[in-house]
Amino acid sequence: MTDARTPTLSVRELRVEFPATERGATVKAVDGVSFDILKGETFGLIGESGSGKTTIGRAVVHLVEPTAGTILHDGVDPATLSSRDFRAARRAWQIVFQDPNAALNPRSTILTSVMEPLAILGVGSAAERRLAAMRALARVGLPEEIGARYPHQLSGGQKQRVVIARTLTLKPELIVCDEVVAALDMSIRGDVLNLFAELQRELGLTYLFITHDLSVVSHISDRIAVAYLGRLVELGPADAVTERAIHPYTRALLSAEPAPLPSHMRTGKRILLEGEIPSPIDPPSGCHFRTRCGHAVDLCAQRAPDWREIVQGHWAACHFAEQFSGEEKAADEKAGATLMGG
Amino acid sequence: MQTAPDIRAAQSAPLLDVQGMSISFATAGGRLEATRNITFAVAPGERIGVVGESGCGKTITGLSLLRLLPEDVAHISGRLDFMGVDLATCSEAALRDIRGKRIGMIFQEPMSALDPVFTVGDQIAEGLLAHGRMSRAEARERALEALRSVGIAAPEKRFHAYPHQLSGGMRQRVMIAGAMICNPQLLIADEPTTALDVTVQAQILELLRDLSDRAHMALLFITHDLGVVAETCTRMLTMYAGEIVEDAGVDAALEHPLHPYTSGLLRALPRLSERRSALPSIPGRVPVLGQMPEGCRFRQRCPFAIDGCERPQPLQDAGAGRRVRCWRFRDLDLPGVAA
Repeated sequence: MTDARTPTLSVRELRVEFPATERGATVKAVDGVSFDILKGETFGLIGESGSGKTTIGRAVVHLVEPTAGTILHDGVDPATLSSRDFRAARRAWQIVFQDPNAALNPRSTILTSVMEPLAILGVGSAAERRLAAMRALARVGLPEEIGARYPHQLSGGQKQRVVIARTLTLKPELIVCDEVVAALDMSIRGDVLNLFAELQRELGLTYLFITHDLSVVSHISDRIAVAYLGRLVELGPADAVTERAIHPYTRALLSAEPAPLPSHMRTGKRILLEGEIPSPIDPPSGCHFRTRCGHAVDLCAQRAPDWREIVQGHWAACHFAEQFSGEEKAADEKAGATLMGG
Repeated sequence: MQTAPDIRAAQSAPLLDVQGMSISFATAGGRLEATRNITFAVAPGERIGVVGESGCGKTITGLSLLRLLPEDVAHISGRLDFMGVDLATCSEAALRDIRGKRIGMIFQEPMSALDPVFTVGDQIAEGLLAHGRMSRAEARERALEALRSVGIAAPEKRFHAYPHQLSGGMRQRVMIAGAMICNPQLLIADEPTTALDVTVQAQILELLRDLSDRAHMALLFITHDLGVVAETCTRMLTMYAGEIVEDAGVDAALEHPLHPYTSGLLRALPRLSERRSALPSIPGRVPVLGQMPEGCRFRQRCPFAIDGCERPQPLQDAGAGRRVRCWRFRDLDLPGVAA
């Protein structure tokens, strides 16, 4: 990374394995992932099911324990902290999930739910906690009277705002957003995305934004990482990844996104992948993507490609990354214009 | 890519002609109207997308066409003419002859639509055995062929698999194979790719397009995803609060929407090309059943609402085969996706 700022989060060679139901087998959910997230940045992590993106997010906030590798928050490995210090440090990293219904107790009022984390931590008096919760609700654009209501009386968008408000009471620095708009209607998705952007500007928040939705991730992110079967295949500035993708998987993913455009505006070049993502219990040898890749050769089965910087700030793991990157540049120059994503 | 269909020609010989369909439910608090006066036609081989937020009546509309709603609480009025048979009033026996045979249906979650204790082969062959007079061996052959036609590798092996042994994409292929096996003239697909990964979604959309082209099968594609409609359909019906508010060719609707709701949906889409700008959204939410506003049902959320919008809004002819439920459509120049 060329940026001189200390990363808020530094993940190195992260591995997370789970025991599988089959005897003795392990699911390699995350299989050696490294990245940094800078303060105030929105880091988009995109992948399909089985890519390991959700496990990465959970490992970052220590909801699952890494099998190997390190996760540093502001340079500190929380695994080395005493349980008391760990509890104090943990306030700084929070997670918001996809389904606000599952995150809110249906029998508690909204205000009670929003106050709960502070109550658990024993922060302030009951009156102070109430005030903090009311401030947080106002901060996410909800009217005061909502505090007295129950989750079933709220819309999906309002419930997701409540969950965000509850997170804000803890004054977090890093928020892992795991598919936070996936369950919302398209008409209010924008509202919630705008809220995240606004909170970031005002509170200097850092986001790890996990989603399967390309248009969402490219809209909100400064940088984007692409995960496939437990590994990162590409990482770079958002516009570089969406407009000058290097890895064949990223290219296929971009081309598979259905474009809401009239027929004459669609570029039409679709790379249709065959089959589905293989099982993380028994991933392919070498490059994990090779079984679905149109460019795979013998080398791809023999050796996993190195994770390396191809163009400044733009990383990829593919034996032919330099070649693909060059082709893209040549095509760009030939076209005399930047390619439009999608 | 197909060219835009001639909608007027299509209307002269429709496969399905829905006239004034209203669906209401009996509740403790009285009858609630879920959809009102739904009128549209589907031509043979035509692919129509039905879009709108949750709660707009898309799924209810699809289910009603096959009378799959519980009849003791749901009441359907209007005419649902399918090749001369009124689906709203015909006998159960006549309906059985149409369900699964002439009109197929697939759903979002194949796992809940497939029976976990039967092999996929048996479930696909079941449709054939229920509708056609044929031997088990013949049905098995046809089921294998159906599995092959939806791109399932090693169909002989998959025939004996149980649903839980298959991936999500594979299960949706099995669902499609089951729905296609009697060569229906119309397939109703309710969010068939919403639960799938994007690369698998691309495969399934390609498959549906291809099957529709090859068998000249019409498709009623219910989805909240305007990208999916753009890639799959030729015509788009926008539903809002239980009514059709716009009916237009997909390209026309995307570029020049005539209804403020359609325009709002299009503008709310994040685009790969526009980074980090504030996304426009539609304020408020769909009104709940039983609390529908008078006149235009969208007016409380509409940035263009003025005096007069509280008057009843008919779905009027807007020329060029388009219909729109907004009396102001000629005065408004609404932005579409390309704006």
